[in-house]
Amino acid sequence: MAKYIGKRLIYMVITLALIATFTFFLMKVLPGSPVASADKLSPEQRAVVEARYGLDKPLPVQYFDYMFGLLQGDLGISINQFKGKDVTDVILSRMGPSAQIGLQGMLLGTVLGILLGMIAALRQNSWVDYSSTFIAIVGISIPSFVFASLLQYWFGLKWGLFPVALWKDGFMSSVLPSIALAMFPLATAARFIRTEMIEVLGSDYITLAKAKGASGSEIAFKHAFRNALIPLVTVLGPMAVAILTGSLVVEQIFAIPGIGEQFVKSIMVNDFAIIMGTTLFFSVFLIVIILLVDILYGVIDPRIRLSGGKN
Amino acid sequence: MEKILQVKDLELSFNTQGGEVKAIRGVNFDLYKGETLAIVGESGSGKSVTTKSIMRLLPESSAEFKSGEILFGGRDLTKLSDKEMQKIRGKEISMIFQDPMTSLNPTMPIGRQLTEPLLKHQKISKTEAKKVAIDLLRLVGMPKPELRMKQYPHQFSGGQRQRIVIAISLACNPKILIADEPTTALDVTIQAQILELMKDLQKKIDTSIIFITHDLGVVANVADRVAVMYGGKIVEIGTVDEIFYNPQHPYTWGLLSSMPSLDTEDAKLYAIPGTPPDLLDPPKGDAFALRSEYALKIDMEQNPPFFKVSDTHSAATWLLHPDAPRVEPPLTVIERMKKFPGSRYYEGGAL
Repeated sequence: MAKYIGKRLIYMVITLALIATFTFFLMKVLPGSPVASADKLSPEQRAVVEARYGLDKPLPVQYFDYMFGLLQGDLGISINQFKGKDVTDVILSRMGPSAQIGLQGMLLGTVLGILLGMIAALRQNSWVDYSSTFIAIVGISIPSFVFASLLQYWFGLKWGLFPVALWKDGFMSSVLPSIALAMFPLATAARFIRTEMIEVLGSDYITLAKAKGASGSEIAFKHAFRNALIPLVTVLGPMAVAILTGSLVVEQIFAIPGIGEQFVKSIMVNDFAIIMGTTLFFSVFLIVIILLVDILYGVIDPRIRLSGGKN
Repeated sequence: MEKILQVKDLELSFNTQGGEVKAIRGVNFDLYKGETLAIVGESGSGKSVTTKSIMRLLPESSAEFKSGEILFGGRDLTKLSDKEMQKIRGKEISMIFQDPMTSLNPTMPIGRQLTEPLLKHQKISKTEAKKVAIDLLRLVGMPKPELRMKQYPHQFSGGQRQRIVIAISLACNPKILIADEPTTALDVTIQAQILELMKDLQKKIDTSIIFITHDLGVVANVADRVAVMYGGKIVEIGTVDEIFYNPQHPYTWGLLSSMPSLDTEDAKLYAIPGTPPDLLDPPKGDAFALRSEYALKIDMEQNPPFFKVSDTHSAATWLLHPDAPRVEPPLTVIERMKKFPGSRYYEGGAL
């Protein structure tokens, strides 16, 4: 197990180096520069600014400078968005709200989705099943920003239950964005669990469990649930991506000072260092999630335990 | 002998989109204490459905008891509530299934699968249940049972898994054990071991077994009595010797003729012509008449009642009616009957 994780960590470093390289050159290929919008600057002033951030050096030198800094954990300095601030500090200071709504959304979505899917499978072709299907279709087909606006209108503006936007009231401010983010994982989990539960409930070992005298709930929770969970773990990774990309938009709509909001702005103003830093941060996040999902597989299903698990 | 289970005029149908499938059409049999009753018949004859209906394991959305009763311990199982049925399943009546590769839960250690019925039906602690489970594993011939309790089904072979399933089914010393083709999915050497094990255990815990199979070789090996099923009915029932050496129903003749034997000299093995009846619309008379070369005119019109051959042996065929014409069974069957004292072809000697 430790050997496996060690190997995966090495792959992670390689993947990150490739992502950093790719993003770096991709940005240089794109038109525009952090100082391009500053029309007021004279050519001389501009040259001074560019020299200060090393933008006047040849591309390969810039690249190696950046990668060398990265090795030492230095993500560089924000050029224009947060003038002169350390990128690491910017990301860390913005992580809180993003992590909070992301985790809350994910948790709410998967837990409710699993419950909904299980009930639908146990009461197949009943009204519960049909409404769960309806919720799932709605959750998958309507994008999160539409939900976000609807939630703002009804729960924020009309009924005044939660703040419409901004990050001022702690948990209360996080409720609506979390719900908006939860819709996709909720719908996905409900569909997966329903399909899988129905299949599992028809299998031989469930009949054997019945023949042992197990009751309906014992069959559902002790025997079927864990077996139905395996395919859901597979979509947990992509679901995390959905939450991430969703949060880019949702943070904008709710004006939450999170990483997503800051990422979008940094792209608009061509702040190279911030774009690079945030991209790498998201990449690390995703790669770690994928590793966790792989480990989780083995925890749930003994048949796919990683090497060294069998004795 | 003490009757432990009585199935009386049982009729059961499946409500499908195509209509009502009459899967069991009036089945009668008794099960005695300590005996092994084999139910044989081809696929779709209703043997599995009969036993699953005893356990009430059929989907309640489509399976429906039409009439009859299943008497067990003074109670009619067809009328019990789900809760009452749960107390009987695994405790009084338990079941072994056909495919050991799929009948154990892949994500649960086998120890927990073994202790589950114990904790459910008996008032014992977890540690005691564990002890009993280890003893059970030892009983079914599993080496190093303590170590294997924590392992998962995929770490066992097919034969070992069937041993585990047997251990689970015997956990609460059931009065009846239903074995639904327990050896069909195993290879022949393992088959023999499992059959030996079942015979051994039956003696030890004195349980009655209903053994479903379509393998007549297995029947000869394990059964005390045999019920032959066809088209949702029992067509002949008797002791294993009576069925093998003095069969009366043309369908039993067909079954026995299509069984390969060491002294079969013709290269070609006999096969019963035609296909089983459509139970959506079962035939009016004897369901086997259309496939039988011995069918009488009355077979097409009226269902034959049971005729008694001996105290233990009866068959539902018009051929046993006093007015029926005398027919000669197939040669392979006559060869068998020659060995049976009391048959009209008996030539002396013992079985």
